[in-house]
Amino acid sequence: MFQYIVRRILIAIPTLLVISFVIFTILDLAPSDPTGNLPLSIPQEVKEQIRKSLGLDQPFHIRYLKWTRQFFIDEPLALVENVTGIKFPGSEKRTRIDSWSTHSSVIDLIFQRMPQTLWVVGMAYVLGILIAIPVGVLSAYRQYSIFDQLGTFISLIGFSVPTFFTGLLAIVIFSVKLKWFPSVYDTTLVVQDWASFVKQLKQMVMPVTVLAFFNASQLSRFMRSSMLDNLTQDYARTARSKGLQERAVVLGHVLRNSLIPVVTLIALGIPGIFGGAIITEQIFRINGLGDLLIKGIQNADIPLVQTLTFIFAVLIVIFNIFADLAYGLLDPRIRYG
Amino acid sequence: MSAVSPNARAKQKPKSESLWLDTWKQFVKHKGAVVGMIVFFIIVFSTIFGPMIYRIDPQYNDLRARNQGPTLAHPLGTDNLGRDLLAANLAGGRISLAVGLVAMLISIGLGTVIGVSSGYFPRLDGILMRLTDMFLALPLLPLLLVAIMLFRDSLRSLVGPETGIFLLIVVLIGVTSWMNTARIVRGEVLAVKEREFVTAASALGSQNNRIMWQHILPNVLSPILVSAALGMASAIITESALSFLGLGFPSDVPTWGRLLFDGKDFLSLTPLRVVWPGIAISLVVISVNFMGDGLRDALDPRLRTKG
Repeated sequence: MFQYIVRRILIAIPTLLVISFVIFTILDLAPSDPTGNLPLSIPQEVKEQIRKSLGLDQPFHIRYLKWTRQFFIDEPLALVENVTGIKFPGSEKRTRIDSWSTHSSVIDLIFQRMPQTLWVVGMAYVLGILIAIPVGVLSAYRQYSIFDQLGTFISLIGFSVPTFFTGLLAIVIFSVKLKWFPSVYDTTLVVQDWASFVKQLKQMVMPVTVLAFFNASQLSRFMRSSMLDNLTQDYARTARSKGLQERAVVLGHVLRNSLIPVVTLIALGIPGIFGGAIITEQIFRINGLGDLLIKGIQNADIPLVQTLTFIFAVLIVIFNIFADLAYGLLDPRIRYG
Repeated sequence: MSAVSPNARAKQKPKSESLWLDTWKQFVKHKGAVVGMIVFFIIVFSTIFGPMIYRIDPQYNDLRARNQGPTLAHPLGTDNLGRDLLAANLAGGRISLAVGLVAMLISIGLGTVIGVSSGYFPRLDGILMRLTDMFLALPLLPLLLVAIMLFRDSLRSLVGPETGIFLLIVVLIGVTSWMNTARIVRGEVLAVKEREFVTAASALGSQNNRIMWQHILPNVLSPILVSAALGMASAIITESALSFLGLGFPSDVPTWGRLLFDGKDFLSLTPLRVVWPGIAISLVVISVNFMGDGLRDALDPRLRTKG
């Protein structure tokens, strides 16, 4: 097990380096010039100075190495320093990845935007799981019943209809026509008393419901088919024939075994939370990470987009490892060779 | 099932059926798939032939009839520039469906070639599967957005606005969505190539290429077909998502996704504007997914219901 973890991490490092190189190269091809939007009255020499201060006069490989050093060494150290207050030697020599459009640290920007994304999109994911598991279990247990047929039909619709349509539809119905919920998410809202808490809840209802519905639709299908696979297994019959209560058979034996692949899928889907956030945040105008990325792309803020995209990639790789480990921990039949 | 031995069954049914006729018979038993197919073909035909019957130019600005709801002159209403929404949705559907079809063909083609080569040649397997893993670890939506931003203007000036963005989006979606097909096809090829008929073919002196495409490919066709159906649905969704984020097709070549994007700022004024293209996308994706479900059931003998 330990050997397996070490080997996976050792494989992950070159993978991430290749990905970081790919992302850096693609973005470096961008024809955009950070000084292109400056007024024409600024003389050419000054523009050259600005480009130099951004490090753009250096060749490609130097910029790439500098960025990787900043990302893998300087930024983590700066993070530790900020959290613990311990100063490492040479902290004044280290540079952080700066955004071109705001001139502040990209990592700081990401930490500012993270809570909004995690609150809305993360909560929708958790809610989706909580809905999907009982629906999937019941659907499979009563296969071909009305509940099952309705459930599979709704879930097929749920994951076919894109969230950018269900979201807009929800806005049209619930905030334009019925005026129950606000259509724009107010991120400056600070929850300090009951009234502001209610306001926060109200603005979260629509985005969370829309996303949770989508997530639940996908997951309940997997849950159902995994339950169906296990309900007919020999061990389920054995458990019944030794006189166990039906409840104990289904919830204690079948459900536990069916959850194994579902837990893996849940882990694999976590990085997708952030990808999904890109679209959801545009619908409800939430200024989370997805919004940060879109703004960065529109403003041609290359360091911001590079770093954010690479963080998404790191999350995918990490959660892939987690998913494999979870599989082994939950299922003793799996042996890591 | 086991009561009838294969020999007895062959005697009962003397007329042998081709694989496709048999698949079709199973397919039409799946109610959802049949309804999906009908809905899908209605939408396809109306986008192909609709603009020939309903002859209003989707770009014509009827400035006296701006932001209208459904009227006799404009059955689906008009947008903020007085353009007819029915004409826009029909024209947009053509592009959306074409993007879905072509992107799916690219992705299936790539996935099949990579999957078959990787399953058939052990020497290529390692490197091709590492490539697949790397593509799966890339955050695709951000990279798609970035790539569109990078190449949009240069391609636009190179081959014209419409073809340029079409080629760009189709190729980008195709190149970033082949991985699942490749993995499924590889797994099937690994199983099929150990079968006796492949050994027989190679003992008879067939070349690798011939074995691959004549003997192995027909046997792995069913998972490819199923992932083609699902791939088309997801290509249409990806294109709409890109257009919805404002980084897909431009306003002068609107697709369903772009119509949603343009309509989302007029939600309180003309809410129906986002409903039409949204329903169109959803209906296409739902019907394609149902067809995919039906196809999978029809092609997989283990999933067949008896009788």
